[in-house]
Amino acid sequence: MTPREDILHRVRAALGRGGSPPSPDPPAVRLRIPEVVIESRIASFTARLEALAGRVLRADTPGRAGERVREALGDRSAVASNAPYLEECAVTRFPGVRSGSTDRDQLRALCASADVGITSADYALADTGTLVMLSSPHEARMISLLPPAHIAVLPVTRLITGLDELFSILPDPASTTSSMVLITGPSRTADIEQILVRGVHGPGQITVVLVG
Amino acid sequence: MPGEKPGVFDRKIREALSDARLQQAIYTATGRLKESRLNVVSSGVLPDYQELRTQANRLKQHAIDNLDFYLEQFQRNVEARGGRVVFCQNGVAVADFVLALAKERGARLIVKSKSMTTEEIDLNERLEHHGLESVETDLGEYILQLAHERPYHIVAPALHKTRYDVADILSERLHVPRETVIEKQTAIARGVLRQKFLAADIGISGANFIVADSGAIVLVENEGNARLTTSAPKIHIAIAGIEKVIPRAQDLATFLKLLARSATGQLLSVYTSFLSGPRRPGEIDGPDEFYVLLLDNGRTRLLADREKRQTLYCIRCGACLNACPVYRKIGGHSFPWVYSGPIGAILTPQFREVPQEPSLPFASSLCGACAEVCPVKIDIPKILLELRSDAHRHDPPKSQNRWEKLAFRAFAWLMRHPRAYEMAGRMAGSLAAADDAAWISRVPALLNIGPLRAWLSQRDLPPPPPRSFRQLWRQR
Repeated sequence: MTPREDILHRVRAALGRGGSPPSPDPPAVRLRIPEVVIESRIASFTARLEALAGRVLRADTPGRAGERVREALGDRSAVASNAPYLEECAVTRFPGVRSGSTDRDQLRALCASADVGITSADYALADTGTLVMLSSPHEARMISLLPPAHIAVLPVTRLITGLDELFSILPDPASTTSSMVLITGPSRTADIEQILVRGVHGPGQITVVLVG
Repeated sequence: MPGEKPGVFDRKIREALSDARLQQAIYTATGRLKESRLNVVSSGVLPDYQELRTQANRLKQHAIDNLDFYLEQFQRNVEARGGRVVFCQNGVAVADFVLALAKERGARLIVKSKSMTTEEIDLNERLEHHGLESVETDLGEYILQLAHERPYHIVAPALHKTRYDVADILSERLHVPRETVIEKQTAIARGVLRQKFLAADIGISGANFIVADSGAIVLVENEGNARLTTSAPKIHIAIAGIEKVIPRAQDLATFLKLLARSATGQLLSVYTSFLSGPRRPGEIDGPDEFYVLLLDNGRTRLLADREKRQTLYCIRCGACLNACPVYRKIGGHSFPWVYSGPIGAILTPQFREVPQEPSLPFASSLCGACAEVCPVKIDIPKILLELRSDAHRHDPPKSQNRWEKLAFRAFAWLMRHPRAYEMAGRMAGSLAAADDAAWISRVPALLNIGPLRAWLSQRDLPPPPPRSFRQLWRQR
């Protein structure tokens, strides 16, 4: 017997049945999606993220969003993702911003030395202040992870209410991507004497520019 | 306690109780975690908290009752996305797989994110024994690995260490100047570990959930080390107990709302990663190889017991530790295995073939605080009672001699005879000085002998009030 057969056999014996069971009938999925107007979603997202020491900036147009990013960057170096929305905001054309990399090793080296990583985001969750990032040719995992600061730019139309709405839009994220990451505030730890320290392994600063 | 001489458990408890600094540290830390949890589950903040618990309990029950189906479904879906699932009966099988893969790929350096499951099988020790370097990357776990200690708490592993302890550990092990500022200590660890991440050949993680309908694993963390562990190296190996399976990705909407709230009082942890298979064509980064090792290690043995099966619902949030008056006094290292607190008291005797510590299920007042905070509604006190009765069945107490029997018979008689009970109450009252909480351990020498002495040494009883309830009742 292979270990697989052995374990499955033990499971079946413990559950008191012979062969493979018929398709079971799980409890109904529980998703509750409230109606929340966009202004309240923006207010909630902002309050949640600011409570975690994140920053939220507003811009009317993609062009204005680009300006906000440039101001936020100052003279720091940055690596930007290949998201079309960043191009629309002209972020990828700023001096000091590297973009367009599709090579893993090259991108990792860029991220390891950049001061700031700039991405878009697929969704944002209003009731927790969360960014939702799906890995794709447009968005690499390292940009929101290796640099000490993260700036995300997204249109407010992607701001949804919360987890329940996310999983109703994406019932199975695995059909779209190998990696979906929910980011709620800056990286943090309280492992020593429960004292909060930001920026342990991931970015210690997070800025979100909401557009529209 | 059934027929055991005071052993290691008793000694460790005494050590913990007599360490004033440690007592303060445990009490403060668990108190803070307790309070943070309360702030985010109150009905004003989360009106459907109880409904979510009920749903989580139903989902876990369903998944465990159909474990074979969901494990097979999970495997099919992981493999459809180019990953591989390996069933492992025990820690040796896990280590053998990792060692063989490392040898085949010429890998030497492994980065690890926090995982109680790998603690359970001493994975680091097994790998290092064969010449691999396996580095813990969660800050607390890293400190403990440097100090050669095991986690003190399921979610706050280094809860018992002060900044001064950490300063000693870092300077001794990393040969850096002694640093007592916590931010700077964190920066030192970050610097060392960043280099490990960028050089590592393999990343090993645990899994908070494994999702059957998507073939995905879910990791919940605050630091970003689990993201780095699973994304930077070219090989990612996730190690999960078979009980971690949930039916659908959509069920995460329930579990994620409960897990971070119960563990640390956050609405969501900073990073929740939903990972399915190696990177896809076109994706720029992520691992080329993705393995999920499904571990039995005693779980199927536990599964056979209908009543105690619910032990497997645990999502390792640690809320029961913070709520437990026993854990808050005796701490994590008094427990005989990696799992501590109420959940450790029921997991340990069931996971391990040979009971490590027969008195473990007895180290509880059965107050029920653990069941009250459990996000998946495990009835821990009930299971403790079951385990107590198992312990007696396996090892009938030799010490229940005729004195003990006589004492219980006398007690039963007293409880059935109100007048005698009242008189006994008055007599006991006359023995106790007012406001002397420890009076019971100083009852007259005549009674304080033999088995009674051991019994009394473990117990406090508040002194009786000047007038009993019966007296007050008659006077009203």
